[in-house]
Amino acid sequence: MSYDATFRVWRGDAEGGDLQSFTVAVNEGEVVLDVIHRLQSTQVGDLAVRWNCKAGKCGSCSAEINGRPRLMCMTRMSTFGEDETVTVTPLRAFPVIRDLVTDVSFNYEQAARIPAFTPKAREEDGNHRMQQVDVERSQEFRKCIECWLCQDVCHVIRDHEGNKAAFSGPRFMIRLAELDMHPLDTVDRRDAAQDEFGLGYCNITKCCSEVCPEGIHITDNGIIPLKERVVDRRFDPLTWLGSKIGRRPQA
Amino acid sequence: MELERHEYDVVVVGAGGAGLRAAIEAQENGARTAVVCKSLLGKAHTVMAEGGIAAAMANLYPEDNWRVHFRDTMRGGKMLNHWRMAQLHAQEAPDRVRELEDWGALFDRTPDGLISQRDFGGHRYARLAHVGDRTGLELIRTLQQRTVALGIDVFMECTVTRLLTGPAGDGGPDEVTGAFGYWRESGRFVAWQAPSVVLATGGIGKSYKVTSNSWEYTGDGHSLALQAGATLVNMEFVQFHPTGMVWPPSVRGILVTESVRGDGGILKNSAGNRFMFDYIPDFFRKETAETEAEADRWYDDKKNNRRPPELLPRDEVARAINSEVKAGRGSPHGGVFLDIASRRSAEYIRKRLPSMYHQFRELAEVDITAEAMEVGPTCHYVMGGVEVDPDTEAARVPGLFAAGEVAGGMHGSNRLGGNSLSDLLVFGRRAGLAAAEHALKRIDRTHLRDDALADAARAALAPFEREGGENPYTVQHDLQQTMHDLVGIIRTAPEMEQALERIAALKERVANLSVEGHRQYNPGWHLALDLPHMLVVSECIARAALERQESRGGHTRDDFPATDDEWARTNLICAQAPDGSVALTRQPLPRMPAELADVFEEVSAS
Amino acid sequence: MTATAPRGTGAVTPGRGDGGPAPRRAAIAERTLRTDRWWVQPLVTVVVLVLFIAYSTFRAFQNAYYYAEPYVSPFYSPCITTRCEGDSFPEFFEGPSWISPALYILVLPLGIRLTCYYYRKAYYRSFWLSPPACAVAEPHGRYTGETRLPLIGQNIHRYFLYAALVFNVILFYEAFASFRDETGEWGHMGLGTLILLVNAVLLFMYSISCHSCRHIVGGRLNSFSKHPLRYRAWTWVSKQNARHMQYAWISLFGVAFADFYVFLLATGTISDLRFF
Repeated sequence: MSYDATFRVWRGDAEGGDLQSFTVAVNEGEVVLDVIHRLQSTQVGDLAVRWNCKAGKCGSCSAEINGRPRLMCMTRMSTFGEDETVTVTPLRAFPVIRDLVTDVSFNYEQAARIPAFTPKAREEDGNHRMQQVDVERSQEFRKCIECWLCQDVCHVIRDHEGNKAAFSGPRFMIRLAELDMHPLDTVDRRDAAQDEFGLGYCNITKCCSEVCPEGIHITDNGIIPLKERVVDRRFDPLTWLGSKIGRRPQA
Repeated sequence: MELERHEYDVVVVGAGGAGLRAAIEAQENGARTAVVCKSLLGKAHTVMAEGGIAAAMANLYPEDNWRVHFRDTMRGGKMLNHWRMAQLHAQEAPDRVRELEDWGALFDRTPDGLISQRDFGGHRYARLAHVGDRTGLELIRTLQQRTVALGIDVFMECTVTRLLTGPAGDGGPDEVTGAFGYWRESGRFVAWQAPSVVLATGGIGKSYKVTSNSWEYTGDGHSLALQAGATLVNMEFVQFHPTGMVWPPSVRGILVTESVRGDGGILKNSAGNRFMFDYIPDFFRKETAETEAEADRWYDDKKNNRRPPELLPRDEVARAINSEVKAGRGSPHGGVFLDIASRRSAEYIRKRLPSMYHQFRELAEVDITAEAMEVGPTCHYVMGGVEVDPDTEAARVPGLFAAGEVAGGMHGSNRLGGNSLSDLLVFGRRAGLAAAEHALKRIDRTHLRDDALADAARAALAPFEREGGENPYTVQHDLQQTMHDLVGIIRTAPEMEQALERIAALKERVANLSVEGHRQYNPGWHLALDLPHMLVVSECIARAALERQESRGGHTRDDFPATDDEWARTNLICAQAPDGSVALTRQPLPRMPAELADVFEEVSAS
Repeated sequence: MTATAPRGTGAVTPGRGDGGPAPRRAAIAERTLRTDRWWVQPLVTVVVLVLFIAYSTFRAFQNAYYYAEPYVSPFYSPCITTRCEGDSFPEFFEGPSWISPALYILVLPLGIRLTCYYYRKAYYRSFWLSPPACAVAEPHGRYTGETRLPLIGQNIHRYFLYAALVFNVILFYEAFASFRDETGEWGHMGLGTLILLVNAVLLFMYSISCHSCRHIVGGRLNSFSKHPLRYRAWTWVSKQNARHMQYAWISLFGVAFADFYVFLLATGTISDLRFF
């Protein structure tokens, strides 16, 4: 059941580095992270890799495997041929710290910029009342495990470092969508979405949705509805007029 | 020595549910607060919690109230819980859940629009507020976003290696003056000067071979507290979750949520028998169904039927599975079968248990809507922990607080599912409040002693100084094997004595570890610094387990299979002796006031 | 502050693509390390779209063979000048003879497809290579997305939707009108009728499954439970929306095929199969 696989792992830091080849044993049922751990415990004790739960729930072990952004703990070795070389590199959209570990602080900076959730008052008995159908849309976005794969794959910032100042990335577009659709929230974030978080930079090419390990429909259910909500406010004379004469589309 | 220094009122170690809740409370009460965590923010082990938050909100069953929850908790812990903690927990949990909604959490709803609640083992009524089977993620994300909104400083990927103490201004015993640690990324040292430190570091599961816990669970908080002069209570009680994955080997131990059983899943052995009916203990006989028909009716009619035995407390179910496997009635890979596929529709399963569906499909190539899962016990939680005051979570060292899994007492000898997340919130908040109050009373701060800082730095760098020593991964592996084999679910005196010998040998090996590479993001070095924590905690567990000559909750002795009345009134306390070894003492269990004792009469009569 | 360790600036390595300097990223020279044939999909998209554009441009300018009693090609429907063959729709004006009547109307169907959220993905990727495929570097030095003219105009997609819905009605009208025979008598149906009907249905499904439509029928609400009817409509449209890409392609082939069928009839290459 066991075989020897060829791995190419990027090793290095911000000053430079390269892909190094290793031959390493692989057992039945293993995932890429298992193999990286085996390398760590048998061949290169100081191979840096970030991981936690090893069950696809925490979103720590993000890397690029054969060029595709993936969670190492959810990439089964059985998806590769036994003679196939498996190439593992750090996320390429973020500064590298060491080996497979990247500096993802950009994302934490963006998270801190989002205007906080601001709820309406509770009902008299101390509860909030919402129906299941009212919470489901935002719940989908709250499945996000913040693995930053969508941020990594998004060409807007991956290919254009300079855009990081203007565009917060798909993770934060769905965070804004989540709050805008939240039945209890009272803040209008549509202008901010466009002006401060760079919604217009997204050209809906959907790579974020393709790589999301949680299967969140980032583009179809998050970014596009958010774009449409911004259109309501900024680009649609009819809804603008409607809101002026008293119809509240945001009921 | 190059050292980055910070000053705060409160430093919280750990950014799981308890740590973040403590930080929020401390900051809101006017304390300048920092959180220090080993991983990135939002990755803590709390995200792994699946089932829900236990709180007697009575959204589905008006009969439910804190007294019933209190009783369930105490009975689940086989009455060894600190009564006051169990009481506060049951009373305050509903408010702690409701306030999460004010911070943006979106729980599943009842038809009335209230927070929905689900059934879980040991809880008399459907009581767990939940979001599908990813409640822990919702909890941590909500607290994380609140933390960020409050502007609390978070030191990510930063490990605390020492608590710093010094003489109190009034000549009393030593008190907390701060903490020392290193950035995982750069290996550079940091010191925080703070009169209050809240430990919220979680558990110890990484000392075991098969565990649902991540690498972070190395018992740092337990060990730091001991070193600082605090005490640990009842460390022998380690919960083995009955249902972890068993196949393939690389995912062995990963949790399969109890919600599978709460939502209708049943356990079967290789003969296809629903074996839990053979393992109902007398203690729970009155409230457990006797026939499969009654058990199946219970899901829809809880008034007139009793609970299925699959929903007995976790210790009972884990032992039962262990016995079935030992008796040769296990599944092909050494577990038993957990079957929900034949009992609920595929759509229902995907809707209620999306993460489980995903986890089995991706990691084991099993479709849980079509076939049974193979499951077996996995080390999940330590009931024992830092001995704290129930109202303030203060440890014996002034200025030191502990909340969450690292604290002991709340869960007695066995924790009920769902009581962990509520524990984090209730006691996290109380710890944060007390820590802020303590800090704000200390106007003149004790400066960190240079010799203590230098000593901490020297200890941290020691593995680099040695050459040709052992690889830390091998030592960790041997420790895990030892604890798994000798201090596992079923324990005997000779095995535990052997374990203690092996731990002593491992201690010597740890003293001679060496690591390659340099200080920048070096996992080998990080492990070398975690290993002493794991060893001291393992020693506490083994010593306490050897001492307690009875079986109760998460502690089962093959040589003492019954509960014992004397031990029912006894806590075991671990402390660090002056020579650095672990000293064990017996201490009477706090007595419950009469009006609370009445709860057990009134509830079982109703 | 949510901080990781403070650090120096480190070396500056080139950004991927031609994206300018990207400090401290892993120094990997390859544009992509993908090992699959990622270029197949954009290539197929280019080939198919180019073929369609070539065919439809030829047909739109041809100004002939778009009417074969009782069928009008969808490229020429509605035919609004007095020069139109047939008489299936009000004729508004005369227009110069060298302008094909298709050109007056094609801007609207073209508009909805050009601003469609699905086609945007398709052509940004395959024509503009921005990006050509996921995790494959794009060749542009600068990228501003849909933040400025002309691409900010994509935001008027919903107005093209409104127009498209009018077209959908007309196409249904034309399809129903083809239940009349050459003499105007009701009670006829031929293969052409069926093709026009299917074409109308596909184009309608393409419109109704559109993201803007999904937003307008209910997506903009924050409390579905207070609007049960709109919630049901939204649920249905959402289901169709998940197949928007399929509708986009099938309706594209459908409309070309309907036109081609009319062309074949009008040129006398084949004759209509008559059911009754």
